[in-house]
Amino acid sequence: MRFLFKTGYAQDTRLFPFGGTGRFWAGLALYAAILVALAHYAPVALNATHWLAVAIVYAVVFGAVLLRQNADGEGGHAAFWYGLLGVGALSAPFVLDLYFLSQITFVYVYAIAGVGLILLLGMCGQISLGHAAFMACGAYTAGLLQAQGFDLLVTLPAAILLSAALGVVIGLPALRMTGIYLAFATYAFAFIVEEVLARWDGLTGGNMGFVLSDPSILGYTFDSEQKMYYLAMALFVLTLLAGLNIRRSSTGRAFMAIRDSETAAEAMGVNLAVYKTTAFAISAGMAGLAGAVYAHLLFFISPEGFTIFLSINLLVLAVIGGLASMHGAVFGAAFIVVLPQLISLTKDSLPPVVGQLPGLESGIFGLVIILFVIFEPMGIHGRWMKIKTYFQLFPLYKRGTFKRQKSYMVSEKNR
Amino acid sequence: MTLLDVENLAVHFGGIKAVDGVGFGVDKGEIFTIIGPNGAGKSTIFNLISRIYEPTSGRIRFEGKDITAVPAHRVAGLGIARTFQNIELFDMATVLDNMMLGRHAHRRTGMLAHLFFGPRTRAEELAHRRKVEEVIDFLDLQHYRDQMIANLPYGVRKVVELGRALCTEPKILLLDEPSSGLNVEETEDMSFWISDIKNILGITVVMVEHDMNLVNEVSDRVLALNYGRVIAAGTPAEVQAHPEVIRAYLGTDETEAA
Repeated sequence: MRFLFKTGYAQDTRLFPFGGTGRFWAGLALYAAILVALAHYAPVALNATHWLAVAIVYAVVFGAVLLRQNADGEGGHAAFWYGLLGVGALSAPFVLDLYFLSQITFVYVYAIAGVGLILLLGMCGQISLGHAAFMACGAYTAGLLQAQGFDLLVTLPAAILLSAALGVVIGLPALRMTGIYLAFATYAFAFIVEEVLARWDGLTGGNMGFVLSDPSILGYTFDSEQKMYYLAMALFVLTLLAGLNIRRSSTGRAFMAIRDSETAAEAMGVNLAVYKTTAFAISAGMAGLAGAVYAHLLFFISPEGFTIFLSINLLVLAVIGGLASMHGAVFGAAFIVVLPQLISLTKDSLPPVVGQLPGLESGIFGLVIILFVIFEPMGIHGRWMKIKTYFQLFPLYKRGTFKRQKSYMVSEKNR
Repeated sequence: MTLLDVENLAVHFGGIKAVDGVGFGVDKGEIFTIIGPNGAGKSTIFNLISRIYEPTSGRIRFEGKDITAVPAHRVAGLGIARTFQNIELFDMATVLDNMMLGRHAHRRTGMLAHLFFGPRTRAEELAHRRKVEEVIDFLDLQHYRDQMIANLPYGVRKVVELGRALCTEPKILLLDEPSSGLNVEETEDMSFWISDIKNILGITVVMVEHDMNLVNEVSDRVLALNYGRVIAAGTPAEVQAHPEVIRAYLGTDETEAA
């Protein structure tokens, strides 16, 4: 009956509505400390099995603590599951081999850009085919500043701010265009950026690209795969938190208002121009951050890394992951990291006529996105919600549960 | 005291004079109804007041200040809220989000603060939420709080839209056909709410309405329009008895005229 007689609303402003946020972060911090202590002071060299054992023991204790607090709350298990996920993510560098670790690192990087794109496309309803340009901007800013001897404390904020400024510029056409026209305008812009990077030899190294060195913060150098993993993870968590904060504040609601009805949004006092450009700026800033980390992961950047295919990949990420929720960014990022690997794995066992087709990968990506749009417009996250609801309601689940009512006539949009 | 003062207002779309020299004043604390046949320019007047349309000529004054040049997104902050004839809710958001959007004009924290969601943002969210809950209680929307608009029946959407307008804490509320599409029972509820909005919340109401029962029940004064011009003004009874109004609705007897 909680929904009828609500008295306290504080829970609705929390990250985990039914409590546990404090313990969640404290528990993860404690675990990180334990990992650091063990790595440095353990009497014997620990192997993957030992680390796995540590992770499992800690997960059980930590999970019990989180569950105990939420025993009385309905749906209070969110903190528990995210807690386990956090323990797993923190342990990964000790348990997984380098190949898998670097793949997960790429998932984080794409997910950073994905959070930005979901903010823009899913929340504000503005499409962008120019996100490769924002990533390029972030990557080149970070790379060029690093070459000047600056560390991450300067290069990352610079990458974010410069990309955000670029986002404002691209956001300007959004004030007058929607849908496919906006897609083309942003695409044209991305193409311009790509050309500039290729032609401006003196600054960017042109088509030859340039090489980056290991990034560092205040003298601490991220010189191994493991360290880069933690860097990408930390930045992803910060981006995700920023995204979630936007979502639960009036800025995020203004974005949603613009997406659903510009007329009504304006009548509620939302300044369309300001909020549309803000959405582009925030989204571009996040893409820029992703680009900076991406550059450091690859050690080498050239204009070829930031073509329209990257933009489309990011769009695929957002649509297939699910636009309705930030979860979609992670699902989508995992998808676009895993699918090319699967394709190259199966390539050799396919008949050469099919396996050697030059456009095989783009073709499969295109096919998958079409299938998703037709059969699961809410993406992987939407499918996951349906499966979850099915089990929660079992055996009462009805086929029509997620069918939406036909929308009623909307008035002529006073454009 | 005149709260909203419309003077010689006109808007022309090409050759069509949708509103043609309309003037009226709405006093504080009254329910003022605009009636008229389809195409008379009723909703257009609302769109002019909420600054969606640019008037060709004329003045709109609110609390003595000229708002004819105020941008549309500032109107809510001045204390003018509205609903739409065909419901303009945010379909893919929950009822709560929709109502919280009504609080948008009252936000005091900036976007940068929202990125971090610090104590001030949190406190502000809670304050807004309390205000929204008052409206939810007022309109009995507790059941629907967390439901998406797209899943709600028409009648409930109509109430949510009224609620969203109330959340802006308006001084004047523009209701564009509050009873259209509602059944008898829902219309009755709407009529009680409109009187309550005036009597309990002390908000001035301007509405466009076709249902004459509702108009008679709640309005203090009525303005009748036809072809963008005022044809009658006064109490509901006076306006309904006015020969021009009867002619506008029922038409002239062609054979007699000839």
